[in-house]
Amino acid sequence: MLDDKKKPLVQVRNLKMHFPIHRGILKRQVGAVKAVDGISFDIFEGETLGLVGESGCGKSTVGRCVLRLYEVTDGSIEIDGTDIATLSGEELRAKRPEMQMIFQDPQASLNPRMTVGSIISEPLDEHRKMTKTEKREKVGELMDAVGLARRFADRYPHEFSGGQRQRIGIARALALNPKFIVCDEPIAALDVSIQAQVVNLLEDLQEKYGLTYLFISHDLSMVRHLATRVAVMYLGRLVELGDSETLYMNPKHPYTQALLSAVPHPDPAQAGNIDRVILEGDVPSPANPPPGCTFSTRCPQAQSICKQDSPEWREIGEGHFAACHFIE
Amino acid sequence: MEDQSATVLDVANLKTVFNTRDGEVHAVNDVSFHLKPGELLGIVGESGSGKSVTMMSLLKLLPMPPAEIRGGSITFDGRDIRAVSDEELRKIRGGEIGFIFQDPMTSLNPVFTVGFQLMEPLRVHMGMSKKQARARAAELLELVGIPDAPARLKDFPHQFSGGMRQRVMIAIALACDPKVLIADEPTTALDVTIQAQILELVKELRQKLGMAIIWITHDLGVIAEIADRVAVMYAGQIVEHAEVKELFANPQHPYTRALLETLPRMGEARAKRLPSIEGQPPNLDHAPTHCEFAPRCKHAFDRCRVENPQRRDVTPVHDVACFWDTNAGGPIDA
Ligand SMILES: Nc1ncnc2c1ncn2[C@@H]1O[C@H](COP(=O)(O)OP(=O)(O)OP(=O)(O)O)[C@@H](O)[C@H]1O
Ligand SMILES: Nc1ncnc2c1ncn2[C@@H]1O[C@H](COP(=O)(O)OP(=O)(O)O)[C@@H](O)[C@H]1O
Ligand code: SF4
Ligand code: SF4
Ligand SMILES: [Mg+2]
Ligand SMILES: [Mg+2]
Repeated sequence: MLDDKKKPLVQVRNLKMHFPIHRGILKRQVGAVKAVDGISFDIFEGETLGLVGESGCGKSTVGRCVLRLYEVTDGSIEIDGTDIATLSGEELRAKRPEMQMIFQDPQASLNPRMTVGSIISEPLDEHRKMTKTEKREKVGELMDAVGLARRFADRYPHEFSGGQRQRIGIARALALNPKFIVCDEPIAALDVSIQAQVVNLLEDLQEKYGLTYLFISHDLSMVRHLATRVAVMYLGRLVELGDSETLYMNPKHPYTQALLSAVPHPDPAQAGNIDRVILEGDVPSPANPPPGCTFSTRCPQAQSICKQDSPEWREIGEGHFAACHFIE
Repeated sequence: MEDQSATVLDVANLKTVFNTRDGEVHAVNDVSFHLKPGELLGIVGESGSGKSVTMMSLLKLLPMPPAEIRGGSITFDGRDIRAVSDEELRKIRGGEIGFIFQDPMTSLNPVFTVGFQLMEPLRVHMGMSKKQARARAAELLELVGIPDAPARLKDFPHQFSGGMRQRVMIAIALACDPKVLIADEPTTALDVTIQAQILELVKELRQKLGMAIIWITHDLGVIAEIADRVAVMYAGQIVEHAEVKELFANPQHPYTRALLETLPRMGEARAKRLPSIEGQPPNLDHAPTHCEFAPRCKHAFDRCRVENPQRRDVTPVHDVACFWDTNAGGPIDA
């Protein structure tokens, strides 16, 4: 699958994001939530990297770190050759237009008091010197691109449906011709019948503008449809990464296996005979992760070594990575 | 239609309207369904299609006004529950009919212990003493798979994980041994791994307790896994209803068909492009006078725009509200 022409647009190395926990009147730091705890991956130009895992495992935090919306605790994030983890003020501002984000809740991410036109053109006001007419034309083009009628430019977000609001968010994210977009659960708040519309739009735009996506989602079947490669996260770490087909057809890590087997199949004829791994309990707190392999408290295949030694992140096949002591 | 003599719940032509400042919202339009003892009826539909309002109407759990039940009959266990006294209705709610809501954090009261919340219905509905109620509460927690149950009765909801809170909700709903359990999107807010735990639990409980269940969801995968029969809702109406295998094997309504097509499937080759349903669900500011799906339907023809299709039988276990005959590929006879 990987051809030689492909080069990484995004290179993340040993990324850590620890949020301090403060207690008491003196607000002394008593610990840290290790939301992201040392992860490395590449995103190739023009591809979609899917990022999946249970709630609270750190997906959104990764997305926000990669756009430098947080001051990261450690690690490097190279985008198109520049390490943005260490960029300062003006340099970072100049880099911002290249990287954008689309959020889960289209309602909450749009200012209710601004018209759709001004929401979409706001990034242009900030980063581009354009005349009013040029801006109006650009907004019109963006609305065309995401399938919103230009005559809606003077309306307010509440006059639109969830799917349309997500289109507004996408148009805004596209305004500065970004190369890289983090999509954090962009379809989770949408109705089933609208999800496919937005996914198709994201695919069309990717093709048209050569976009690169980090696609964060709970929806494992949608990720399979959309992603070129998929990374699976558990408690702040990556446990497996591989191209979508390999990962879904032949998952190697016990967590990936359990996660995929939990997805209900829309086929009642199969319902009785699915070999399902039911995980017990739920994800431990990232403020106090278990020693050794962080999955060992729930892993059906755990051995005694798993409670002591943290498995190494290694390549187990071409372009296929995993962290488990027992994968050849 | 199949034999309906042994039904525990029978709803006919239910109509619920909200009178809001911006006019009427016709949330439930002529909804009819029945439930047999021990079976699991799945109700599927996108948000706003009227699933929750239908269920809340049954037990008058809606604020009235603005809600108004404008018509229909509701028979539970031989009684007309639109006519029963408030007192009797209270007994039915949380007693003979158990309820589970979507978001366990908002439906468990954060200031009371889990034990208290489990014991309360037992004392109110079953007249148990404190001691009896405590023993039964521990039993119930154990039943839903919470380890160390007696000790955990003293804990508050925030001390439980999301999946455990949902288990507690199920335990509360089961407390009084209901004849019917209504579960409104009980796993929508949960991870698939936790959802799998809950579905497993429900299958097990059905075998043990044999109650009838109405399970509301927008996830066809969940329906396929646990339902015996399915009703598909669109714009406040049931547009298709069938046994689960029949529905998935032989969907008739263009909306159901489109929904099934838009689902990406994990086990199959990846579709190049997802088939999608264009347009949006209608707003519900009027009682339906035509097929509400017509603006999005690829088969819509003149009749669909002037008349609202009624449910008609396709087979003894399958009915659909549509003027198009999917099998013949043409309009049905007028
Ligand atoms: N600003 C913050 N301060 C402290 N802790 C945080 C902060 N942001 C996130 N966390 C914690 O970091 C962990 C990872 O959170 P994150 O939002 O990245 O999870 P997620 O995988 O996106 O979950 P979901 O699927 O629910 O969106 C969680 O334990 C969360 O509570
Ligand atoms: N309290 C209310 N006031 C006005 N409209 C309401 C109220 N509750 C629900 N509705 C409307 O009723 C319709 C059906 O809602 P609901 O049954 O909650 O949908 P579902 O559960 O299928 O997502 C929607 O159009 C919704 O906006
Ligand atoms: S290292 Fe051990 S506990 Fe971790 S996933 Fe592998 S087998 Fe399971
Ligand atoms: S009645 Fe007409 S518009 Fe409605 S679903 Fe059937 S064919 Fe489509
Ligand atoms: Mg998140
Ligand atoms: Mg609802």
